[in-house]
Amino acid sequence: MIKLNDLKISYRIGNRVIEAVNGVTLTIPDGSIVGIAGESGCGKSTLMKAIYGDIQSPMSLSGGSIEYGMKGADGLPVTTQTIRREWFKSISYIPQSSMNSLNPVIRIRDQFTDFPGTDSNKKRVLERARAYIGKLGLPAEAMESYPHQLSGGMRQRVMIALATFFQPELIIADEPTTALDVVVQKEILLLLMEVQELMGNTILVVSHDMGVHYQVTHKMLIMYAGRVVEYGDTESVFADPQHPYTKMLIDSLPTIGDDSMRGVLASMAGAGGDRAYRVEPELIEVKPGHFMARPSQIVGAAA
Amino acid sequence: MTVILKTEALNKVYRQGGLVRSRQVKALNDVNITVESDKPVVIAVVGESGSGKTTLAKTLLRLETPSSGRAIVYDTVVTGKGTTLSKQQFLGLVQPIFQNPFEAFSRYRPVDAYLHETARRVGGMDGAQAEAAVAAALTSVGLKYGEVRGKYTNQFSGGELQRISVARALIPQPKLIVADEPVSMIDASRRMIIINLFKQLRDEAGRSFLYITHDLATAYYISDYVAVMNKGVVVEFGPARQVMGDPQHDYTKLLLSSIPTTKSRWRPRKVAA
Repeated sequence: MIKLNDLKISYRIGNRVIEAVNGVTLTIPDGSIVGIAGESGCGKSTLMKAIYGDIQSPMSLSGGSIEYGMKGADGLPVTTQTIRREWFKSISYIPQSSMNSLNPVIRIRDQFTDFPGTDSNKKRVLERARAYIGKLGLPAEAMESYPHQLSGGMRQRVMIALATFFQPELIIADEPTTALDVVVQKEILLLLMEVQELMGNTILVVSHDMGVHYQVTHKMLIMYAGRVVEYGDTESVFADPQHPYTKMLIDSLPTIGDDSMRGVLASMAGAGGDRAYRVEPELIEVKPGHFMARPSQIVGAAA
Repeated sequence: MTVILKTEALNKVYRQGGLVRSRQVKALNDVNITVESDKPVVIAVVGESGSGKTTLAKTLLRLETPSSGRAIVYDTVVTGKGTTLSKQQFLGLVQPIFQNPFEAFSRYRPVDAYLHETARRVGGMDGAQAEAAVAAALTSVGLKYGEVRGKYTNQFSGGELQRISVARALIPQPKLIVADEPVSMIDASRRMIIINLFKQLRDEAGRSFLYITHDLATAYYISDYVAVMNKGVVVEFGPARQVMGDPQHDYTKLLLSSIPTTKSRWRPRKVAA
């Protein structure tokens, strides 16, 4: 279980301090896929980086704390200061552009043995890796290839295999399929769901595609301007969105063969379609397990 | 009936590799599309990366010369054999909108300079006429000239900047606007604003659009015709509702079944533990 207590993360740019995450309090249960949605600049990637423990200047933790609910090798609870030691073991990260994340000059099999602190017997690690990628449906030849010899989708699958090889308790996937075509995207997402079912770990998926969220996640977190707008079970959030921003996000996706939403879609036009919201920091529980930011006025048309 | 867009055996071959081991890649392989209509239309070209949809856009924009074949826009040959259009005439007929508005405009020039330049160079207007044309174009995309004048790209959001790109394209009063992935850089929640703008310009200003996209859902929402491309070949072409409602080609079916919708869920295959 991950607990965020009034988490605040800011960036210092020159003399200005920008609160990218502005007071997020949240409990993420174990063993679920949690989707995080929101527009660019809403703080979703910053929040993921903070949970991953990759807090580097100009980014800083300006308030609150993260509880991971796991214990490190020394038996003490893992904190923001010690989470780095758990990288690849208990927590792993699948970045957006896998093309830039694999080491281009070594073969895929060497990337599996390239982790610090893995089994010193390379042969044993490789054997396990081979068996593992077979289980994920990757061809055995992929192990002998260099990254540039694989397609984008294949590289992203290798990234998922690498990220899940040590059966981490927490996987963070930041826009894992944004650069991919729909056909490949479906394969990758199904793979991610299979891996989660197999290991029962927690996966945080960042995406701006509400369709992806509906397909993959168990819980949904909607962010806006550094704050949580809505949080709850995916079924509940999609069937009965509470906040006007969530409603707008869900409605802004046309469906093929369904013309019932055309009126709503057509109304998103001109400057009036570009609304800004003011989000209050407190969450209220609307239904069991379904939270929403206290409603406030729509500020009006933004620039 | 006006021939809004017609490609006749359009081919584009790229050579890949060096002199010794060169390969030929057919980015456009005998593309034949005909759209005839009395009313302006939105034609969507959908496909995955590498399908040739951007090469088609570039060829129709004269940014690439076709290896063979030709293309006709509004009864005029625009590229390939038999074209007599000058650059200025061509740009008065066909205008582009590109994917990333932050790259389409320079960071170091105010964006309205581009609008003025288009009005003077393509529209052949003088200062006062250009001023009026720029103001009118910005109004038609829901912006005010006063809010845009003298500002640079970093002072706008992606959605606003893309609306300015549309305004720029409208200034020479083109018949066809070729939009290559115009909303893929824009937040999902704001995409419909641009899509609805295209619709409005089709219905009220009489502009036709060639909408190049990998997003089948918005293509279904807005387009009258749709061409599905795969590996340089148009595998399916026809009225949008027909193609997407009752796809015939296996590739179209695969594409449609891969879209994550919010209506029905996929079932993951079970992996043995």
